[in-house]
Amino acid sequence: MNRFTIATATSYDDASAIVKSDRFALPILKAGGMDVVDHLKEGLWEPDALVDVLRAEGGAAAPIQEHREAGRSSIRLSALTTLDEIATSTLIQARCPALAQSAGSAATPQVRNVATAAGNLLQRPRCWYYRSKDFDCLKKGGDRCYAVQGLNRYHAIFGDGPCHIVHPSNLAPALMVAGGVAHLTGGDRDSIPIAKLYHTPDRGVRDEHNLKPGEVVTAITLNAAPNSGFYAIKEKQSFDWPLVMAAVALELDGTRIANARVCAGAVAPVPWMLPAVGQALRDVSIDDDAGLKAACARATQGAAPMSDNAYKLKLLPVAIRRAVLKAAGKEVE
Amino acid sequence: MPDQTPSHHVPSRVPSGVPDGGVTRRSFMRTVGLSAVAATAQTQAERLGDAQPSTEDTNQFGPEPGRIRLKINGQTHQLTIDPATTLMEALRWHAALAGTKEVCDRGACGACSVLVDGRLVTSCMMLAHDAVGKDITTVEGLAKGERLDPIQESFIRHDALQCGYCTPGLLMASKALLSDNPRPTFEQIKQGLSGNICRCGTYTNVFNAVLEASGQEPLRDPEGPDA
Repeated sequence: MNRFTIATATSYDDASAIVKSDRFALPILKAGGMDVVDHLKEGLWEPDALVDVLRAEGGAAAPIQEHREAGRSSIRLSALTTLDEIATSTLIQARCPALAQSAGSAATPQVRNVATAAGNLLQRPRCWYYRSKDFDCLKKGGDRCYAVQGLNRYHAIFGDGPCHIVHPSNLAPALMVAGGVAHLTGGDRDSIPIAKLYHTPDRGVRDEHNLKPGEVVTAITLNAAPNSGFYAIKEKQSFDWPLVMAAVALELDGTRIANARVCAGAVAPVPWMLPAVGQALRDVSIDDDAGLKAACARATQGAAPMSDNAYKLKLLPVAIRRAVLKAAGKEVE
Repeated sequence: MPDQTPSHHVPSRVPSGVPDGGVTRRSFMRTVGLSAVAATAQTQAERLGDAQPSTEDTNQFGPEPGRIRLKINGQTHQLTIDPATTLMEALRWHAALAGTKEVCDRGACGACSVLVDGRLVTSCMMLAHDAVGKDITTVEGLAKGERLDPIQESFIRHDALQCGYCTPGLLMASKALLSDNPRPTFEQIKQGLSGNICRCGTYTNVFNAVLEASGQEPLRDPEGPDA
């Protein structure tokens, strides 16, 4: 790691002000630090300051809260809520199981105890060319995506490039199907829907999100989605980056699916909504396995796998079907 | 971890020679380590003078090395560190507590696991500055005097180690698991220890050690309860 200053922000506004001031040449926001420290160790970033937001709420994150209005329930997390707190929250488990499951499926107990909700949303991709200092790829100002001619087993099967990363966030697909919103300070808006938080590489390859410099995520809200589920398929199921993942939110009329929202992860440079699958799931019974399989098979429409990752075409419908079953409260291995 | 980043060479910072004459390898290295730390601390203190603020007085730490206080195993350690120092480095190289191991240095193997305010963390991925004001427990803090913690006793009884390098991390993960869940199921044990990699593959003996430490029968069939 290069030499840097740690500037402790006393609030999110303070963090934003430090970033926007000319006090430091290259300040980087840090919360749990899992991804920031990784970038520093790899020599990918050489900031002169880490602006530490861990103490922005006085040392401990605000508790997870439910807000009820006119019969509708919404949940509020702090930006600093850890993945473990999300995974083990009985409120989240009841109101949005997909979110609790997505947090519990990420990384290891050690990482989940430190990694924050906002950090999970804003972590950088895990592409091995991006993560290796030796490859001057598009994301680092180079002129090509090495995955195209190189090793692309873990890369995208959707999207037109020119960069073929998959977005690594576990929480993002779950928040996409639950109407998640990121609350902001330091800019000219108070919030941004998670559905608008990310952009595809053709709209800017150097970053993945649409936040402006100095904008800081302070909290995340989502709608209750009690019939929701998440499923990730990994090479090592207990601890790995997902090969594919799926989050599903259902509205059920008995056993009939009245409405379905489906979002896939680890298959595209952004969380990948699959409206055609949601449409096909409508009116299918959750006990009709052939009907579910037929609907989930639509997930790969429009996919363009690379040389080494066509296997994801087989995995994705399976992950979605299992997420649907979990959303309906069924046991899935 | 089946991580998608390249693996990294782990630098060796341990002297290779072992003296003879009643000095154990460990005590020799601890002495060497301590004098090195003392020498470093002294030169830094001389260079910085007493005017160098500790991090508790200000919202800015660095870029020059500065003093922090870490509470480790109930004792307060005053350390002079660079802001880029990880908790693992602060423990091993500055506080001379070498029980915490460095292996992958990327939070993927669990060998450096310690408890921070009772929560299991990989100390290689946490800046030491983040642990200021918190209670840190390392493997050295498990035993009470000469009396080992029950999880340590159980590891010994079940021969839950081969080369032993992952053992401090697995002990801390087991301790954290049992603090949260005094009677975990086999599946919960596997999940609780999923962030710790044992290259020798001694998982089954570790699982049995945790089962017995939580008052449950060890498994005869190492493949699991249903195998």
